[in-house]
Amino acid sequence: MSAPLLSLSGISRHFGALKAVDDVSIDVPTGARHALIGPNGAGKSTLFRLVTGSMPVSSGTVTLGGSDITRLPEFRRARRGISQTLQHSSLFLSQTVQQNVLLAAQRQYGTRHAIVPREQAAARERARALLADVGLEGRAGTPVSALSHGERRQLEVAVALACQPRLLLLDEPAAGMSPAESARLVELLKSLPESVTVVIVEHDLEVVFALATSVTVLHLGRVLLTGSPDEVRASAAVQEAYLGTGRGSLFLDMAEPAHLEVS
Amino acid sequence: MSLPVGTPATPAAIASTTPPRTAERRTGRLLRVALPLVVLVVLAAVPLFVAPFGTSTLSRILIFALFAVSLDLLVGVTGLPSLGHAAYFGVGAYAAGLVAIHWTAEGVVPVLVAAAAGAVAAGATGWLAVRSGGVYFLMLTLAIGELVHQLAQSLASVTGGSNGLYGIPTVRIGGTPLTLPGYVYWFVLAVTGLGYLGLHLVASSPFGGVLRGIRDNEPRMRSLGYSPFRYKFAAFVIAGGFAGLAGGLFAAQVRLVTPSEAGFTTSALVLLAVILGGAGSLWGPILGAAVVVLVRDALGPDLDGHGPLLLGIVFVLAVYVLPRGFAGLRDLLRRRPSPGETP
Repeated sequence: MSAPLLSLSGISRHFGALKAVDDVSIDVPTGARHALIGPNGAGKSTLFRLVTGSMPVSSGTVTLGGSDITRLPEFRRARRGISQTLQHSSLFLSQTVQQNVLLAAQRQYGTRHAIVPREQAAARERARALLADVGLEGRAGTPVSALSHGERRQLEVAVALACQPRLLLLDEPAAGMSPAESARLVELLKSLPESVTVVIVEHDLEVVFALATSVTVLHLGRVLLTGSPDEVRASAAVQEAYLGTGRGSLFLDMAEPAHLEVS
Repeated sequence: MSLPVGTPATPAAIASTTPPRTAERRTGRLLRVALPLVVLVVLAAVPLFVAPFGTSTLSRILIFALFAVSLDLLVGVTGLPSLGHAAYFGVGAYAAGLVAIHWTAEGVVPVLVAAAAGAVAAGATGWLAVRSGGVYFLMLTLAIGELVHQLAQSLASVTGGSNGLYGIPTVRIGGTPLTLPGYVYWFVLAVTGLGYLGLHLVASSPFGGVLRGIRDNEPRMRSLGYSPFRYKFAAFVIAGGFAGLAGGLFAAQVRLVTPSEAGFTTSALVLLAVILGGAGSLWGPILGAAVVVLVRDALGPDLDGHGPLLLGIVFVLAVYVLPRGFAGLRDLLRRRPSPGETP
């Protein structure tokens, strides 16, 4: 097994007495497709924020590629190769689809400091290719504010990939997508090279089990279980966590896994 | 040449999924190049046909317009509304005046020193100001403006105190003083034209794109690996430099600099010009500046000192009728669908 790209050891985040993330340790090997699942309020999104640095940890360390990044500000972590999509679309609404991707892509091409107009041919070409990958090739000139919800989710993925990440964090990328769109997303994520490690939070278990090579189940801020998808399906502890929400039987009903919303 | 980052999409691009037809794009590009040239030629011809008073009013409009466009880089492009931008205008004006009096009035030297002084002053103060946002940024910039205003008042041995810095010699080109208002006007037109071109290039550059990104969604820019502080600081310094440049031209044209040039009233008026013209468009604030200067200087004396009142009424009407300023007129004329949220 290769060395972990992302290693969380004993990280916690407390809000007063509430332990949103409580002593979580996870190792994500390079090239893994790691899924985080768990009922609402399990701390999945908070965990993402601790990894990206948009929220400081209360305790514990975050290591990326062998170096401790716990004290680095968010933009420095991003430059080390962490990229993310957010649960609620976070785009540049007044700008066009192409400009959104270009903002992410141009950082890689050293033209971002240019204070006179540049052709940015390389960055533009990359933006065009990414938009084609996510299925927005015809929408490059459209303002983001005119996109549908599903299209915005697709654009989120394109923006996140434009950063050429080592570690890609996807927070419910398929939420609000049509079945066709989410199937396309799964294909796109499957086609990513091994050099990109993916951690995904997703309620759509069909997406999770189509992609994931390993799964961590979070419950009330703690790691309930980390294992292969089959182990997670079979685990009694996981059943119990989900049974607590009254959806356990749905979750385990693998005969009909289509679009379960565990919420 | 690439399309400027801030160019709004044409209606065709919104209506259909195909890019706009090349003919249409060519007309648009032609218009973008030809229109400024036509405006420039018309402006250059003004002293040949207009009386000296009109020419010097137009000079003041051009200077105030450059000042307003420099503020627009902060307000409209970066999303940092400043209430103390006159501080750098004032610093530039005093710097140019002092250089002209004590050293040389040769052409662009005082004006370039003014731009450098404005940028340095913006660098020294912006370092603190851009760390804050929203109301705190407003208050900090307001305080910086008042600070510079007070300094100009109290350092009487250097600035002339509340009497102002007077006796600034006329601009010289190649040793010949420009005595006629028309020549001074051409000098002002050349420098403001270059200044505007500079600001336009900055706003359409990849750097300008980053500034727009920060305006729209600062947390997202951080997660894309940009340090918003550095970009905001750079924008603040650039805006301060161009405000200083405008201040230097002011000193060369009016030849008297008083503390009120750095004061709150000037800051408020220039912010009004930006909002009146339409923040973020760069060309809109030029029109806004024209309205402000015309109402204050040209109509004001005929109104028994009620110029500010008229300005207030114009402002209220403009905000009510044109919420996006004069720049919003273009979209109205094109009947462009408003870029509102679609579910």
